[in-house]
Amino acid sequence: MSGKPKLHYFNGRGRMEPIRWLLAAAGVEFEESFLEKKEDLTKLQKDGSLLFQQVPMVEIDGMKMVQTRAIANYIAMKYNLYGKDLKERALIDMYVEGMSDLSELLMTYGFQPADKKEQHFATMVDKATNRYFPVFEKALKDHGKDFLVGNQLSRADVQLLEIILMAEECKPDILAKFPLLQSFKARISNIPTIKKFLQPGSQRKPPIREEDVAKVMKIFY
Amino acid sequence: MSGKPKLYYFDGRGKMESIRWLLAAAGVEFEEEFLETREQYEKLLQGGSLLFQQVPMVEIDGMRMVQTRAILNYIAAKYNLYGKDLKERALIDMYVGGTDDLMGFILMFPFLSAEDKEKQRTIIVQKATSRYFPVYEKVLKDHGQDFLVGNNFSWADVHLLEAILMVEEKKPDVLSGFPQLQAFKARISSIPTIKKFLEPGSQRKPVPDDKYVETVRRVLCMYYDIKAN
Repeated sequence: MSGKPKLHYFNGRGRMEPIRWLLAAAGVEFEESFLEKKEDLTKLQKDGSLLFQQVPMVEIDGMKMVQTRAIANYIAMKYNLYGKDLKERALIDMYVEGMSDLSELLMTYGFQPADKKEQHFATMVDKATNRYFPVFEKALKDHGKDFLVGNQLSRADVQLLEIILMAEECKPDILAKFPLLQSFKARISNIPTIKKFLQPGSQRKPPIREEDVAKVMKIFY
Repeated sequence: MSGKPKLYYFDGRGKMESIRWLLAAAGVEFEEEFLETREQYEKLLQGGSLLFQQVPMVEIDGMRMVQTRAILNYIAAKYNLYGKDLKERALIDMYVGGTDDLMGFILMFPFLSAEDKEKQRTIIVQKATSRYFPVYEKVLKDHGQDFLVGNNFSWADVHLLEAILMVEEKKPDVLSGFPQLQAFKARISSIPTIKKFLEPGSQRKPVPDDKYVETVRRVLCMYYDIKAN
């Protein structure tokens, strides 16, 4: 065993992507084992590797961790991306959970049937620009620091950058009304570990292509 | 201000129920303000009390906390129900993730059509008995201890008891293949704070009914159909 965390998922973003971002931001090298067909998932289920028969699963520190939040919480704590005390953690959790709601909308867009795509897109853009981005724009304004919480990089910053970039993939000018988010984006993208992750050839995954949707669905259904 | 946490939600279970359970388990008294009208909700919105325009919201320790998971994490950590170290926390988070997914199947149940309700009832029981309950049965059997994690009462135990009782409401004999869980249920139910919460007159909410559904729809202007997943 290499000692590096090992991620088990399909070769795409899905629910694993925030975990890839966190590990990358923390400067932690990781390996990946990609599920390509149903048999790959079945094999993992049969050998008892998946507590609730589901992926994501991450082998880390002798554990086979499942449940996206559990994994993300563990990594964030271990690598000091979870604030300095309980109150900072509370704020980070509020932000991250809100972002996860938006992320769910962004992440499922590619999997929508053709007749639902337009409505889904409209909902995504509406929620991003009216519910979520204003909150983070205001948080940055009120807090007046480089980071969302406290005075250091946290998982909230990492996840916010992730969803900004995903939202921009859907609508390139989505940050038009959010100047502080624009400078936040530039600033966080420049952090060396994150800058590296944003370069081609990193383990960051692209958005799901229409032609791959059926293949992914076959693994799980 | 009383200093007690104050919960803002409908007079019903929904996403707030797990928070009520956790506070009760920790022996923390709390107040509740029930949303009954659209105007109340709009007042909260306009007052800037709801970070993402949603409830649950809990006023606690000078914060207006939103996002169920954030609130639960905070309460668990504050009242020492989150394990003694990072590894115990990891286990608790995994277990709670499972019971959360299971209860998620039940969360939307009251909003389904009668026909979908029957289908969903089957799904709930099937998931409980084939995916979730076996996991906790095995955990308890393997370590032979009273509690799920670290030989100490934790959030994971509270959440599992809540899930068990909710599934039993859909199928009373659902624990029949799970002797460890039966013993667990009896054991955790007799912890004084939990026993108190299980008694009539506590702040525990009953199974959601049509009145609850109507209230939620009215307050949130949520009149579209909900489909089962």
